[in-house]
Amino acid sequence: MFVLSMMRNAIPVLLAVLMMAGAARAELRVDITQGKAEPLPIAVTDFFGNGGEEQRIGRDMAGVIAADLQRSGLFKPIDKRAFIQTDGALSTLPRFGDWRIINAQALVQGRTELVPDGRLRVEFRLWDVFAEQQMVGLAYFTVPDNWRRVAHIIADAIYKRITGEDGYFDTRIVYIAESGPERRRVKRLAIMDQDGANHRFLTDGSELVLTPRFSPTLQEITYLSYRGNTPRVYIFNIDSGRQELLGDFPGMTFAPRFSPDGQKVIMSMAQNGATNVYEMDLRTRQSRQLTRSGAIDTSPSYAPDASQIVFNSDRGGSQQLYVMDSDGSDVHRISFGKGRYATPVWSPRGDLIAFTKISRGKFYIGVMRPDGSGERLLAEDYLVEAPTWSPNGRVLMFFRQSKNGENVTEPRLYSIDLTGYNEREIVTPVGASDPAWSPLIP
Amino acid sequence: MRFKFLSVLAAVALLAACETAPESSGSTQSSGAASTTSSSSGSSTSAVQIQGGTQEDLVVNVGDRVFFAFDSSELSAEARASLEKQAAWMKKFGGVRVVVEGHCDERGTREYNLALGERRANAAKDYLVALGINPARVKTISYGKERPAALGHNETAWAQNRRAVTVVDNTGS
Repeated sequence: MFVLSMMRNAIPVLLAVLMMAGAARAELRVDITQGKAEPLPIAVTDFFGNGGEEQRIGRDMAGVIAADLQRSGLFKPIDKRAFIQTDGALSTLPRFGDWRIINAQALVQGRTELVPDGRLRVEFRLWDVFAEQQMVGLAYFTVPDNWRRVAHIIADAIYKRITGEDGYFDTRIVYIAESGPERRRVKRLAIMDQDGANHRFLTDGSELVLTPRFSPTLQEITYLSYRGNTPRVYIFNIDSGRQELLGDFPGMTFAPRFSPDGQKVIMSMAQNGATNVYEMDLRTRQSRQLTRSGAIDTSPSYAPDASQIVFNSDRGGSQQLYVMDSDGSDVHRISFGKGRYATPVWSPRGDLIAFTKISRGKFYIGVMRPDGSGERLLAEDYLVEAPTWSPNGRVLMFFRQSKNGENVTEPRLYSIDLTGYNEREIVTPVGASDPAWSPLIP
Repeated sequence: MRFKFLSVLAAVALLAACETAPESSGSTQSSGAASTTSSSSGSSTSAVQIQGGTQEDLVVNVGDRVFFAFDSSELSAEARASLEKQAAWMKKFGGVRVVVEGHCDERGTREYNLALGERRANAAKDYLVALGINPARVKTISYGKERPAALGHNETAWAQNRRAVTVVDNTGS
């Protein structure tokens, strides 16, 4: 039993194991490293509730869970109309024969209850239909308004139990919402759940803002703002809405990212025609210059253990990827393919670096190992840029613009599996660029 | 019938307004030197007196911008000639302060282009300073690929967008 702290409404979610799962069996499992695995047929039933409100929440939660699992590309939720067993008895013990007939390999059922103190109690169980065994069973208490988040937490639990990897559904995306004419684009910070729900704008568009990135605690976003016609790195506090200028630099600061422990921000400063990488300690407010090449050194990103930093530089004549120790020593180039390489982002797993590549007039999103080997390109278009990793390092999000005759489409967000399959648009109310994927919500 | 005719006229007027809309960023006016769509307002503006030392004066009589090759911040002979005229103009109007805006085409990544725009603005500033302009009179700002001047998605448009634009600084300080 443990307590998850909520990010904004401080009501804790209690999580209790209902029933001991049988001996650790691995019969029902999806290998997510396979490129084109057949998605697992899963039945996600409406969570059972006694009252009308409980039934409504139960139905909506099942919808959110099924949509999460479907978008992952690893699961195929079965159409509810095919379900044979729909009675309340389902919430105690399923009739497995009814589920085998429709070829459901996994079954999700649950129950919602508004308890007298006003809280919502949700329990769910994941069953292996053919083994007739419970794979996981958990219960949560939360405020009723929080049902959607609990649905994502349940989807993560299902994903983890079946794939063996952490999920990424209880996460958020911060991005730049774009509107207006191309010459005077209005850009606003915007935030939403990973599935596009709970969308809201964080800034009003009066200042040009670019390249937002989450802190590991999700409390803060670091980004570039042209406030007062002076482009500088700021930190935005999500709870208070306060925007704070970071440091007192003589030149333009940009391309910020938090360190994995959230105690530092690395960024670039441009002055007198040279752009170098700087690190700022957020507690002492002391900054330190890490590169001094006289070239353009930008887009720095820490390795998850913070021992190294990857960045792009044109010090060798064209834009390429370099890795250095986090104190600025031992700089070495890692990209050697044809074309220019940019926006490197280290995977949270540490095993890969995602990048934007520009070659022969096209843009690509790709990955390579930190030593530069094993380059693979996952997406291409007139413009694809700004990859960001899901917290489990299995999915990349980026933005895309396609050329349609002489016109170029509005920028839109897309996600794609590391395998190169399952590309999907993340629907946003207006044009969207510069996405940043949050860690799992703590 | 009459009503229909009027709406057609209105449409033509709108179209004309679009064609002559300013194409630069910031508070600047369009530069005649850069623009291939010559403004039909030429004959009408000639009657208006342009005040010396203003942005309009810079755009119309000097030229407010210089252009760069792809992924380059090197000043061409043409760019130098244009900056020499700007420097002479700044000497004539000794009270004028300017901001040089550096811009890029859309065929680079956002953060790299911010740096490249700064390098371009700085190259123009350095040349003005080398020509005897007090560096305190010249500020720089980079917009990367955020504020295109030309809207196409082809080499003609990109060439117009790889630019450093000199803008009279009216913000004081």
